[in-house]
Amino acid sequence: MQLTNRSKQVADTKMTWMERIYLPGIIKGMIITFSHIFKKKPTIQYPEVQRPIAPVYRGQHVLKRDDAGAERCTACGLCAVACPAEAITMVAEERKQGEEKLYREEKFAATYEINMLRCIFCGLCEEACPKEAIFLTDRIVPTTYLREDYIYGKDRLVEKMDHRVDVSKRQTNNLADFKNNSSKAHNKTI
Amino acid sequence: MLSLENIINGIHTWLNNTFDPTLALTCEFVLLGITAIAIFAVLGLVLVLMERKVAAIMQIRKGPNRVGPFGMFQTVADTLKLIMKEGLTPDGADKVLFNLAPFIVMIAAMLLLAPIPFAKGVQMWDINIGVLFISAVSSISVIGILMAGWASNNKYSLLGAMRSGAQIVSYELSAGLSVITIVILTGSLQLSEIVNAQQNGWWIFKGHIPVLISFVTFIIAVTAETNRAPFDLAEAESELTAGFHTEYSGMKFALFFLAEYINIFIACAIGATLFLGGWMPFHIGNWEGFNAIMDYIPSSIWFVGKTFFLIFLMMWFRWTFPRLRVDQLLNLEWKYLLPISMLNLLVVTVMAIMGWYF
Repeated sequence: MQLTNRSKQVADTKMTWMERIYLPGIIKGMIITFSHIFKKKPTIQYPEVQRPIAPVYRGQHVLKRDDAGAERCTACGLCAVACPAEAITMVAEERKQGEEKLYREEKFAATYEINMLRCIFCGLCEEACPKEAIFLTDRIVPTTYLREDYIYGKDRLVEKMDHRVDVSKRQTNNLADFKNNSSKAHNKTI
Repeated sequence: MLSLENIINGIHTWLNNTFDPTLALTCEFVLLGITAIAIFAVLGLVLVLMERKVAAIMQIRKGPNRVGPFGMFQTVADTLKLIMKEGLTPDGADKVLFNLAPFIVMIAAMLLLAPIPFAKGVQMWDINIGVLFISAVSSISVIGILMAGWASNNKYSLLGAMRSGAQIVSYELSAGLSVITIVILTGSLQLSEIVNAQQNGWWIFKGHIPVLISFVTFIIAVTAETNRAPFDLAEAESELTAGFHTEYSGMKFALFFLAEYINIFIACAIGATLFLGGWMPFHIGNWEGFNAIMDYIPSSIWFVGKTFFLIFLMMWFRWTFPRLRVDQLLNLEWKYLLPISMLNLLVVTVMAIMGWYF
């Protein structure tokens, strides 16, 4: 039964005699595999040679301190809300007398944990942060044997003053504009 | 000049001068056995590494390159691992046959080393029915494979063994017929005489197109007989896990594995001896200078070079073609290769009678 005349025969065509003796096909295939001998191998010898990482690579997070060494994070929880993988949890606490050197604002994160197994390294926490406290860096999260080891607390996230992490590559003008332009809806104070 | 023949003759005369003839003969037998086992082991290691390297370069990869320079000791490490592993015998298996099978396969492979001329005057056993011996003994490995498959008491093993049996028995025919063409042209079953007959040119050049056809048939049949891809239905990883050696582990598995590679070497060595002139150097007509240079290369190098060229060819097949179905495999043999090689045999016979070869 033929409904339309638009149908085309795409497969099941009769093979020609040359195709049926298979020899040309066999020889063609062997030439292809032989030509592979002279091709450049794309293998990267991993531990010795490493693939170059882009300067704006989204790897392990860092919680920045300001120039005086105080933690920038105020535990507002915007990063945790923005996180699509729900990888971030935190407990906020009030700053006490004499802790002004340690924390910039009156509120700070007593615990701040990122589960690196849940994290998808999308960078939304970084975009959500109003204090420029969290950044993704070009460091790769190392593998371990236990799930617990992937829950990074403040001890591994907050940067050390003696070797600070450079995040200038990820602080683009676009991002700064996005965060500071008061005409944008998300920056309006209610 | 230092050659393998002179070294062997030197050892022979020294042994006969030092000891009485019986002891000397015993010593020679022991030395021969050790040599055979050494060849077996070294070839296994080299060929497995070569296979992995060829596979790698054909797939634009690097292959093993961590253990030793260029990964040369990778197979040594693998063998050590296999020796350390436990050789399991399944509960339901027939214990005697299960443990006997790898040795039968291995011994069949080792026996085939005997009549092969490795270099000028280097041959373990120059019997006058060399070709017949080879085709007879190479069939013994089928018994070992069937034994392994049956004794494993496992459906995959049995299927693999049965396929292997069907395949080897049917491809033996066209392999035999293509070997017979050379026997007809030479008029002898003795391998040393077949090599000597090719002094003025290899059979593949002297025998025109009929010998070329039988060479191609031989290579295809031998690829099928050694259970290699595209004819590796006997182990067919994607269908039968590992075919007849599914239940084997440790050194028993390694013996099957080594025997497979030795069989490849022997098949290619026979191919090189019959069609490519064995250890005979390459000569072109009356080019005296060229021929002299070719004569300068030792005969053992010629033999090994030709054999490894054929082995490379078989590995090339393996990493190029997909596996055939069972019916396609048997169709190829019974409907195409067998009639072609029978007709070819007739043509070669006429050619031999009329003397239409160089």
